Amino acid sequence: MIRGIGASEGISIGIVFKYDHIEVIAEKNEVEDTAFEIARFQKGLTESIIDLTGIKDYAEENINAETAAIFEAHIEILKDPEFANQVKEVITTEGINGEYGLEKVTHQFVSMFENMDNEYFRERAADIKDVSRRVLMHMKGIKSHDLSEINSEVILAARDLTPSDTAQLNRKWVKGFITDIGGRTSHSAIMARTLEIPAVVGTMTGFDSLEDGEMVILDGMQGIIIQNPDESVIADYQEKIKELEALKTIRAAYIDKPSLTADGVHIEIGANIGSPEDLDGVLSYGAECIGLYRTEFLYMGKKTFPTEDEQFEAYKKVLEGMKDKPVVVRTLDIGGDKELDYMTMEKELNPFLGNRAIRLCLSRKELFLTQLKALLRASVYGNLHIMFPMIATLDELREAKQMIQVAKEELQKKEAYEELEFSYKIGIMVEIPSTAIMASAFAKEVDFFSIGTNDLIQYTFAADRMNENVSYLYQPFNPAILKLVDMVIQAAHAEGKWVGMCGEMAGEPLALPLLIGLGLDEYSMSAPGILRARQQAKNIDSNQARDIAKQALELTSQEDVLALIGGIEW
Amino acid sequence: MVSKSVTVVNETGLHARPAANFTKLASSQKCSVYLKKDDKKVNAKSILGILSLAISKGSVIEIITDGEDEKLALAELEDYVNALTD
Repeated sequence: MIRGIGASEGISIGIVFKYDHIEVIAEKNEVEDTAFEIARFQKGLTESIIDLTGIKDYAEENINAETAAIFEAHIEILKDPEFANQVKEVITTEGINGEYGLEKVTHQFVSMFENMDNEYFRERAADIKDVSRRVLMHMKGIKSHDLSEINSEVILAARDLTPSDTAQLNRKWVKGFITDIGGRTSHSAIMARTLEIPAVVGTMTGFDSLEDGEMVILDGMQGIIIQNPDESVIADYQEKIKELEALKTIRAAYIDKPSLTADGVHIEIGANIGSPEDLDGVLSYGAECIGLYRTEFLYMGKKTFPTEDEQFEAYKKVLEGMKDKPVVVRTLDIGGDKELDYMTMEKELNPFLGNRAIRLCLSRKELFLTQLKALLRASVYGNLHIMFPMIATLDELREAKQMIQVAKEELQKKEAYEELEFSYKIGIMVEIPSTAIMASAFAKEVDFFSIGTNDLIQYTFAADRMNENVSYLYQPFNPAILKLVDMVIQAAHAEGKWVGMCGEMAGEPLALPLLIGLGLDEYSMSAPGILRARQQAKNIDSNQARDIAKQALELTSQEDVLALIGGIEW
Repeated sequence: MVSKSVTVVNETGLHARPAANFTKLASSQKCSVYLKKDDKKVNAKSILGILSLAISKGSVIEIITDGEDEKLALAELEDYVNALTD
């Protein structure tokens, strides 16, 4: 049995598909028969073209035309006469093996592109490496896997999945995933909950002990993977799967109901989403709003920055899809553990304390303006709330608001947008302690707050949430956090503003009574958690919750708080 | 040999998709096709050659065709560049 962290509810029984980046090296050999080497190279090219054509077709049907175009260009590189001829020439004149000839010519092209002035063209070096690696693997007879190649039901196992990897996951085929790296709040885990794929993360060395093609049971609740289960274990789990299905039916009874406490206080329960494709799931779970639309996925899994029009289309889709329900769009939150392949960012010693999110946007104004313009244009189609992440000072907030003004003026210069009535609300994420402490001042200058608990906890306790060695400091129930949340809510309500929460804590069953007691207005979580939360809220009396919250604020440790709330029947 | 200078007007220039399609179109011609930007001339049947010119919006490029049906080929390639929109 492999143990990890249960990251996404659900159970899956299936076949393991291992996904790894294998190291391939082209060693140099002197050869007599260069014609044979040329033929081997040619065969590698042909096989790679067949691969890529398959991937391109898949992308066209299942992902989008943009992704397909990338593979189209890859195919052209393989068909490039200059490239192929140079490889053949090197093989012949130097009397070397095909692999080394390929490597040498690849290196020449890669360094030529890496030295180009234009960033876009500089990035093409990566495409050449990628394509050449594929040919090399074919020549050496090494099989490679590709996420978009998956076309049967599998449980995906990987050492790590980058956000751009997960952006390519197809939930039709991927029935679960397992990663060695990560915790409950890592991106792969969040993505798993969004896609409703059972997942176990942080298995440390699980990848090496799993075998391609073996049958496993993945239990996303207990965070375990059972290898080669016997029939009785499989039967037990099939029973559990049935129970889960049954539970889903009960929850479905709450789908069209407003979220009310036992004494009839209305709270708003919404969903966190990463792309317009998540909307279907969101609506089928009866979300009352989108409490967090993470726009960074628009920028990931791509080769260049998304254009204003591209972003506009995505935002419009979400706003229209939600009708007039509020949609909170968080502006680009990149940096920290989220990087873009095509954007060079300085290596930082402490990326989580570095130039990320709003800081990055304010230092790259063009990037920010493009997004703001797309948002303003989309604002006509629904109930838009623009939210800035990682705000630490009032000056940052004012500068960001000023940028909205600039975006508006730039748009209004164009005839097509002259007449548009942009309407939107402005809010901030409260995830840095300085902002929580200054909440009364901020409340005067925003329309709403949304508390990002994952970062707020990590910054309050100065503990990296990805570091397993200090994971004991991830303490959502510590009175230090509860007091900050309380301060923020009091400050907002004094100004007649509302407060939401979009971190993991908002979807945590144990936290719900406390948060209702503290007066939190909006709860945004992974869509599948919404109905469970709504069902739970129905059993909570807000007055009783308020008393409990008051007591909790007087306690001194997370253990004491958990003991207090654990002892109450809700 | 015939040639013609054109200005690339679309937003992304000859990036991945347009470059791939231009290469395909050039490769389908019987004659030789070259692209020239500033002082650099490349084989237009090579996508790496085309990409190495870093052709972006506003770039002026010279399309050169040489051999069988060179005039037809030139017109076809010129039309392709002028029709680029994305």
